[in-house]
Amino acid sequence: MMADTVMERPVGGSAGSASQRIEIDNVSLRYFTPQAEILALSGISLTIEPGEFVSLIGQSGCGKSTLLSIIAGILPPSEGEIRVGGKPVTAPSPRIGYMLQQDYLFEWRTILENAMLGAEIQKRDMKEARDRAIHLLEKCGMGNFLHQYPRALSGGMRQRVALARTLTTNPDVVLLDEPFSALDSQTRLAIADEVVDVLRGEGKSVILVTHDIGEAISMTDRVVVLSRRPGRIKSQHRIQFPSTPGRRPAPFEARGLPEFNEYFNTLWDELDVHVEG
Amino acid sequence: MVTNTPASTPMRSTAMHDTATPQPSPAYAAWLREQTRRSNRIMATRVILLVAVLVLWEVLARTHVMNPMLTSYPSAVWPTFLELLDSGDLIGHTWATFQATLIGFTISMVLGVAVAALLWWSGFAYKVLDPFLVVANAMPKIAFVPIFYIWLGSEYSVYGMAVAISVFITIMVVFEGFRGIDPNKIKLALTLGASKWQLLTMVVLPGSVPTLLAALKVNIGLALVGVIVGEFQSASEGLGYLIINGSQVFKLNIVMTAIVVLAVLSGVMYLAIARMEKATVRRYS
Repeated sequence: MMADTVMERPVGGSAGSASQRIEIDNVSLRYFTPQAEILALSGISLTIEPGEFVSLIGQSGCGKSTLLSIIAGILPPSEGEIRVGGKPVTAPSPRIGYMLQQDYLFEWRTILENAMLGAEIQKRDMKEARDRAIHLLEKCGMGNFLHQYPRALSGGMRQRVALARTLTTNPDVVLLDEPFSALDSQTRLAIADEVVDVLRGEGKSVILVTHDIGEAISMTDRVVVLSRRPGRIKSQHRIQFPSTPGRRPAPFEARGLPEFNEYFNTLWDELDVHVEG
Repeated sequence: MVTNTPASTPMRSTAMHDTATPQPSPAYAAWLREQTRRSNRIMATRVILLVAVLVLWEVLARTHVMNPMLTSYPSAVWPTFLELLDSGDLIGHTWATFQATLIGFTISMVLGVAVAALLWWSGFAYKVLDPFLVVANAMPKIAFVPIFYIWLGSEYSVYGMAVAISVFITIMVVFEGFRGIDPNKIKLALTLGASKWQLLTMVVLPGSVPTLLAALKVNIGLALVGVIVGEFQSASEGLGYLIINGSQVFKLNIVMTAIVVLAVLSGVMYLAIARMEKATVRRYS
């Protein structure tokens, strides 16, 4: 299912490459404090197929965001390896795009300049980057705001710009770290549909980290449950919606389907949530 | 074909502005008038306060409640002011002080930002230098006036004093600004592959512009203090020289004239920077 507008894949970094397989191979992470040595992640192995949407869920502190930082190459694992398209990731790579919990738009740059940040850092062809950024911003419904500053935008609009910024460098894989957690509940439902639509249209592989079970089920093809610290893979669930044969329902639609509740109950039990405090 | 293109999705809230009523109510007009009246009252009271001080000064000196030899008085300062203005002396001295302040201020800003950047770059350097900076900042730099005069000579010791007084606080304020940058903005740039130099030039420095402007505002005053103190000791021109010279020959008219000009000068420089700050910072909110 491709978007109506066929995206020409611009040259640069990962020229013309289709989305690639991500392999997380036996990754562990320990970190040190003066008081103790802490094992945050233990022996995580996971393969994400090209174009697949996978979510990682687990309780806070289980290391899911840490795992994303490792995949993004900004945190080296203590053991194990990340490979994208067979090549190990050792530093931040233009093949991997990262969308953080908040937009972190730079107040001193216009919307368009914000969207072009990655291209500028990676010293890409700026004319091409500009065209692509404008195209993506238009696709995200932000075409009328190119030359405005972030302060004029609402939270949902800012996160749309952040999505365009992530995609302007044309990564193969997009990492989403609770990308909607700062938004109000109506906005997050609306924006989930748009984000999924844009990402599927662009043919990206996606790893979504969330603690929102509903978000994981409605947005992704596979839900991976992490255990409490040290984070291990507890179980995996393939998400399918036989009640809409032949197509994947949009997130908002998915929430109303009977399968949604079944998955929700299963995952709820898996997560073994206790109210703490 | 996918039917729902996000491009066509209308924003829920395109306009963040409040909608103004087309026909303002009488209450609104009254409120506006009251606002204007209030700001006029404030301005008028300021003028009255200033005039009252001048009148009091004049009256107390004329009636010899205060010794006019020691305090001078406005109607005596005015002819001296005109005289000094006429001879060109006042312009020359004011210009000398202004120029020295700008030079000292610029050196201190450049040096301060450079050192702050170095401390940001190297956590080790920061840890090592932190206690020294705190002590250097707390130390009364005026103690160095005679030494600077010996080391740097009469002209450069004035600049030296301006820099010495303002540079340490600049380093500390600017560095705190650098550290106050949201670490997630740094993380974002890192995920896009930014080098340390790119972090500095594309995230940390532009993100610190409000702090830099705040530092400028503090600095211009401090640099002026340094220049005046330096001129007391060593210069043959400048408002500091005029003050010290006037007091030595007991011409309080000259001293008071210089002080008034100094007050105006510092006010003008401060306002210039405050204006600049206002124009720039609006973007950062």
